[in-house]
Amino acid sequence: MDHVDDSLRWIPLLPLIAALLSGLWLMFAKGNLPRPVVIVLACGAPILAFAKSLWVVKDLATGFEPGQRYLVDNVYTWISAGDFHAELSFLLDPLSAVMILVVTGVGSLIHIYSVGYMDEDHRDDRGFQRFFVFLNLFTFAMLMLVLGDNLLVMFVGWEGVGVCSYLLIGFWYLEDHNAMCGQKAFVVNRIGDFGFLLGVFLLFWSFSAAGVPTVEFREMALSIGLLEGKTVQLPSWLSFLPGFPVWTLLTLACLCLFLGACGKSAQLPLYVWLPDAMAGPTPVSALIHAATMVTAGVYMVCRMSFAFSLAPGASATVAWVGALTALFAATIGMAQKDIKKVLAYSTVSQLGYMFLAAGVGAYSAAIFHVATHAFFKALLFLGAGSVILGMHHEQNMDRMGGLLRRMPWTGWTCLMGVAAIAGFPFMSGWLSKDEILLSVNLAHDVPGHSALYAIGVLTAGITAFYMGRLWFRVFTGENRADPHTQDQIKEQPSWILFPLVVLAVFSVVAGWGTLPDAYGDQFFGIRESNSLHYFLNHVAHSVHHEVDHSTEFGLATFSTGVAAIGFGLAYLLYYRRKGLEKQIVSAIRPLYRLVYNKYWIDELYQAVIIRPLLAVSDRVLSRVVDAKWIDGFGVNGTARFVVASAERVLKYAQTGLTQSYVFVMLVGGIVLIVYLVGGA
Amino acid sequence: MGEIAGWHFQIVAALLFLLGVLGVLVRRNIIVMFMSIELMLNAANLSLVAFGRELGDSSGQIFAFMVMVVAAVEVAVGLAVIISLVRNRDTVNIEDASLMRW
Repeated sequence: MDHVDDSLRWIPLLPLIAALLSGLWLMFAKGNLPRPVVIVLACGAPILAFAKSLWVVKDLATGFEPGQRYLVDNVYTWISAGDFHAELSFLLDPLSAVMILVVTGVGSLIHIYSVGYMDEDHRDDRGFQRFFVFLNLFTFAMLMLVLGDNLLVMFVGWEGVGVCSYLLIGFWYLEDHNAMCGQKAFVVNRIGDFGFLLGVFLLFWSFSAAGVPTVEFREMALSIGLLEGKTVQLPSWLSFLPGFPVWTLLTLACLCLFLGACGKSAQLPLYVWLPDAMAGPTPVSALIHAATMVTAGVYMVCRMSFAFSLAPGASATVAWVGALTALFAATIGMAQKDIKKVLAYSTVSQLGYMFLAAGVGAYSAAIFHVATHAFFKALLFLGAGSVILGMHHEQNMDRMGGLLRRMPWTGWTCLMGVAAIAGFPFMSGWLSKDEILLSVNLAHDVPGHSALYAIGVLTAGITAFYMGRLWFRVFTGENRADPHTQDQIKEQPSWILFPLVVLAVFSVVAGWGTLPDAYGDQFFGIRESNSLHYFLNHVAHSVHHEVDHSTEFGLATFSTGVAAIGFGLAYLLYYRRKGLEKQIVSAIRPLYRLVYNKYWIDELYQAVIIRPLLAVSDRVLSRVVDAKWIDGFGVNGTARFVVASAERVLKYAQTGLTQSYVFVMLVGGIVLIVYLVGGA
Repeated sequence: MGEIAGWHFQIVAALLFLLGVLGVLVRRNIIVMFMSIELMLNAANLSLVAFGRELGDSSGQIFAFMVMVVAAVEVAVGLAVIISLVRNRDTVNIEDASLMRW
């Protein structure tokens, strides 16, 4: 029996309607809508969508048995060809439930914040409305992505967030640099998208080989057992090769999908677009980093967990790429001066954690971290935006300091975010990160799991260090800005402070619904069976480890200790003894330069890939292939051939003499009659 | 003189049609060509009527009326073309109307 709920479609539709109303007005009317109308449309849509999401998720959680929790909304049949069908339909299950709550909830707060933030922008008088059109469109695309019932609908959202990120990152397009950053994000994402598409095709191929041509998640998950022992039929022109097992194809498909996830979620080696995405307005960074785009890759891997859990090779790759990205980005974060860049690398690093979790089969832990990360990272970005506004568009931490006195709300809320990401006990980030580390520690079947665990714990320490560094440098000590700016620093209006406060509260408490029994049952009487894991377990095929409470305590204490050391170091270097930092930096100058310059990865790409590519494009593809072969031989050659042959031969067909036409007609008629009569 | 059979009509029709074809192909005077076309149409009509009578099916005759209507229309259009040709070129020779050529 299908669980149908026809109102699911309103969740993505509401932001789309708002974007269309506002956007079409912008396109066809001369002026802007009045600001209050823009604000109501822009913030109202995600807030309503959030209310609707709460409503349906409540229905989902209370109305069904744990294994049966899903709601489907079939809007219409999108593609129907042969035995292949794809519906435009939405699926609400525990996994997408968590995601829509995060996307609409955190998204709404970011919309509200943006009202305050973009008010300052006087660069473009239509910018205010344009910004909210894009923002709503982004929300719509992300909701399509998470609610899609099959890979194709998901892909629509997947591409949608790509386009919107391009539009938003390059939002201040009058400066070339910003437009370039938008392009970079778009182009790097195309590489990932190519992988994603290949993955979809390969998956479809493997399922077709098993006799179930489908791209629908539930159907794929239910019928994946059929793939066992099947071999793939190669096309006839390749039939001299032996067929190979579908399992191999599945692993390949998972790797391709993961390449897509790497692009969207900024993992090695495709992370390079994300730090540059800081060119967009700060609320955009918050939205992209916290609630939407970058979590799409993690979500997709978790959504496809039924395939990944059967492809151990692909899963191990996911885990290792995630762990290395986490460590790699965290080390870069230690040396950055731009406050938003620190946060950007921190996002890359945290996403690495999520993939690490997904790679060891702890999908629910990955989604848990997605959710908590959405709160504290949104908080940190919005806080950074507030600081940037307060400092008159200064982003360099070298020229900040002592802001806690002038901007106490921003400062204290940011401290909540820092505590959450750094792993202060019982904060949301601590719970989700420890959950991941615990799963990694127990994942004995993943190659090198103890190395993965070590990397995870080390990264936790580094994270605490650079977040501490950020907070101490921005909010404590003396202000290092020029006197003129110093006089003008003041707290931001409540449009901006309200989301900060809400997010700060959630950064603290967001994890409390998922306390593991080790603390939950013991201290608060909350059983794990009520928790998010349990809610997610039936969808994401998470590996569940039985673990005794003392091990759990021990591991948590250990990682918390490492994080505390990191934070303590930051406190020492940036609060207690500020001279020490300079000594250390000068002692390890080459290493520092390496990290500060982000390991020269961008430069490496430039030299190894981009420059040769440009050279080949210019010298070979443009001048030879395009100019000579395609244009010269293909297009112009065809035209010349047609003109020449018509001139020489075909012109005799056109005598202008009526009677020769009649004669030809007559002959033709006779031939036709002979053919028809003779043929019959 | 024996009975006039169906195939007699068909032979007359075929001869008439051939005459028409020859006229169109050979003559240069556009009015004569026109008359030759009429000859072909009437050959077809004769054939239709003869078949209709022989098979006891009235649709042959009805088609003949149809052809007459089409012929009338064709004459109306054709004469207009001929008149404008004469006005512009002062000729009824079809070979003088060979402007549309290489």
